[in-house]
Amino acid sequence: MFGILTFSALIHGPIETVPQVVVVVAGLAAVAALFYFKKWKWLYREWLTTLDHKKIAIMYFVLSFVMLLRGGVDAAMMRVQQATSLPGSPGYLTPDHYGQIFTAHGVIMIFFVAMPFMFAILNYIVPLQIGARDVAYPFLNSVSFWLTVAGAMLVNISLVIGDFAATGWLAYPPLSELQYSPGVGVDYYIWALQIAGVGTLIAGINFLVTIIKMRAPGMSLMRMPIFIWTSFGSMMLVIFAFPILTVTLALLALDRTLGMHFFTTDLGGNVMMYVNLIWAWGHPEVYILILPAFGIFSEVVPVFSQKKLFGYTSMVVATLSIVVLSFLVWVHHFFTMGAGADVNAFFGIMTMVIAIPTGAKVFNWLFTMFRGRILFTTPMLWFMGFLSTFIIGGMSGVLMSIPGADFELHNSLFLVAHFHNMIIGGVLFGFFAGVAYWFPKVAGFRLNERIGKWAFWSWIVGFLLAFMPLYILGFMGATRRLDMVDPAWQPLFIVAAVGVCVIALAVFFQVLQLVVSYRERRGRTDTTGDPWNGRTLEWATSSPPPFYNFAIIPKVEGRDAWWIKKHLENSAIKEGTYEDIEIPKNSFFGCIIAACAFALGFGIVWHMWWLAGVGAIVIVVCLVVRSFDEHTEYILTAAEIEKLESAYGK
Amino acid sequence: MENKTILKDKNMFGFWVYLMSDCVLFAGLFATYAVLYSSTYGNASIQTIVNLPFVITETLILLTSSFTVGLALLAAQRGKKALTLFALALTLALGVAFLGMELSEFSRLVAQGSGPSHSAFLSIFFTLLGTHGLHVFLGSIWMLVLMAHVVFKGLSEGSTRKLLLLSLFWHFLDIIWIFIFTFVYLFGAL
Repeated sequence: MFGILTFSALIHGPIETVPQVVVVVAGLAAVAALFYFKKWKWLYREWLTTLDHKKIAIMYFVLSFVMLLRGGVDAAMMRVQQATSLPGSPGYLTPDHYGQIFTAHGVIMIFFVAMPFMFAILNYIVPLQIGARDVAYPFLNSVSFWLTVAGAMLVNISLVIGDFAATGWLAYPPLSELQYSPGVGVDYYIWALQIAGVGTLIAGINFLVTIIKMRAPGMSLMRMPIFIWTSFGSMMLVIFAFPILTVTLALLALDRTLGMHFFTTDLGGNVMMYVNLIWAWGHPEVYILILPAFGIFSEVVPVFSQKKLFGYTSMVVATLSIVVLSFLVWVHHFFTMGAGADVNAFFGIMTMVIAIPTGAKVFNWLFTMFRGRILFTTPMLWFMGFLSTFIIGGMSGVLMSIPGADFELHNSLFLVAHFHNMIIGGVLFGFFAGVAYWFPKVAGFRLNERIGKWAFWSWIVGFLLAFMPLYILGFMGATRRLDMVDPAWQPLFIVAAVGVCVIALAVFFQVLQLVVSYRERRGRTDTTGDPWNGRTLEWATSSPPPFYNFAIIPKVEGRDAWWIKKHLENSAIKEGTYEDIEIPKNSFFGCIIAACAFALGFGIVWHMWWLAGVGAIVIVVCLVVRSFDEHTEYILTAAEIEKLESAYGK
Repeated sequence: MENKTILKDKNMFGFWVYLMSDCVLFAGLFATYAVLYSSTYGNASIQTIVNLPFVITETLILLTSSFTVGLALLAAQRGKKALTLFALALTLALGVAFLGMELSEFSRLVAQGSGPSHSAFLSIFFTLLGTHGLHVFLGSIWMLVLMAHVVFKGLSEGSTRKLLLLSLFWHFLDIIWIFIFTFVYLFGAL
């Protein structure tokens, strides 16, 4: 009945018990609050069953933020361990628990913070910027989101029942094989990522089709905003890279669950095959994250420099070059494999080549700012913070692309500093810029700029304090994932730990900014729909947009469609009459399918085959039942739209 | 009406994109096969497994099913409900026959002590073929569902469009099988 799940899976060491209790209490508190405030109906109607891309975007954001807190706590625990553990006094974490923490930190930050954050922004902005009423497949959008939630819940339930992988975020074999990781941790890892990965793949297809097929009339490819171009590139990468992840994890799961020999050390298994496959997904993955961030900056910089973007065409070419090149550099993650000088030289050179389109982008942004009247708003501050830190990270990356240098720096803290430089300084600052920029559109009121600036400065100071010492430590010989350090390194580790505290302060300011802005919302209302004097179509509708986005689909007459409308006398962007709109009805199948996927994953992790089977069958049944429903949409008539629009007074 | 054509176009394009991503999935498996096919570790190798007449029969069955699914589509487009159902049933029967042959080969291998857990080569052999077989199985379920659509709701524009997607999927599985036939069996018979 319960497979290999026994009562002992609930018994943990004293420190592991704390998060266990926190998760259980938080879950119960949430349920109790829903009963107390009688919000179940509201939750079900407005959120669980919604197919509105804007609401799904907000849910992605909430998921990402909650997981950011958990990943952040993991990071802080690691830093405290490294700052306090010396030979003779082993710190407060056991080695196995420490291993689980650094694994969970990496997995959560990439899969359940950065990816949902990206999809939050894509979901909200892509349809608005291309003048569409929703994504191509609203139902699949809901399925994607809830599958991501199911994956995140598998990671979180591992805190309560059983344990998590202690293998590092990519779970290299043979360590991740049954022989060396006999617990359920790696199985949780596999099925959390497998389920979330399928959700991501569906979302990738969804957004690619949205961008190709749903653009407003007149928006030719070369009139698309750069954010749409970079989202397009990112989704191309999702479609080509995520199936590789699915295969890789499936093969590892077959090894562990059915005793096969893909990556084992015996009976002919090949460990390096795993490493190649996972990085053939893994390297495109970092571009999946960074490309939308580049797109956000390409929107932010022209608006706040009050100029049109410099070098639009080269921006497009650079984006597409990065898409292609990102598949040609994966071996630089393991030059030490011993593939030989020729192979390493090829991948080293390709890695250097990919810096060229990235550099072109940096110069385009700089030239956009050149002779512009720059407004130093928070989105612009995030951009400038990004520019300075990202260039440091880019340089250290090119440095490591030289195989000889990489042999020295492989798996050192220099590498850790490099990729945090790219992912925090690049991806995260980009997404923060996006939040600061688009928040008025989403919420209908502006954020408090003053607290936003405090948050920015704390973030950048904290970031530099936390990661610049790691570059030095890397040169001093510190490798990654150490739970005990050389006393000579301790001062720098303490500096890094202080940096983490400053980052925690920054996150506190971000929360404070939200709370204060919400309380002051009456004075901050955005009645124009265009608070920043924007250039693209999302500013052509009200803030927040009505559920149908645009009462009349705008006509696009050039790049920066909204800007043209505002500044050309005889523009026809909003002309036309109201027509009936088909709106997708709510559906609870997204939630149910994800719940079944969770049951499927949980069942396989604990060898409860009946549960896994029930999960799989119910998923198929849900899809079949929905396929028989012909009334998945309702008609919003022109008269109703007219009433809604005039009620808004616009 | 214009709205409807856009919708049709959208689903078709999206399905093509999905097929391309599935193609990448198989590419990953083929790459793994290329790396591991000689890692037999003393157990069965592809040379000892391959039985060309058997495999050619399997191939012909699958190719014929591709033909019959095409017939089903043509019949559906002309509004011939009975013929559509007949051609679909034939396709389904051929698909099931193919799966039966594949399973008999698997069980023969397992019975002779060459199951998937006995060497890296056998692991990828079973997984590559099994993944294709799983696709055929899911395609068969989909076909049953669409037959139910046609029976209960007739040949609407919607069900014809769904049949078109199914036939794309079925042809796609055929192409994957041709690759398996070539790279696994024919190369193995050399």
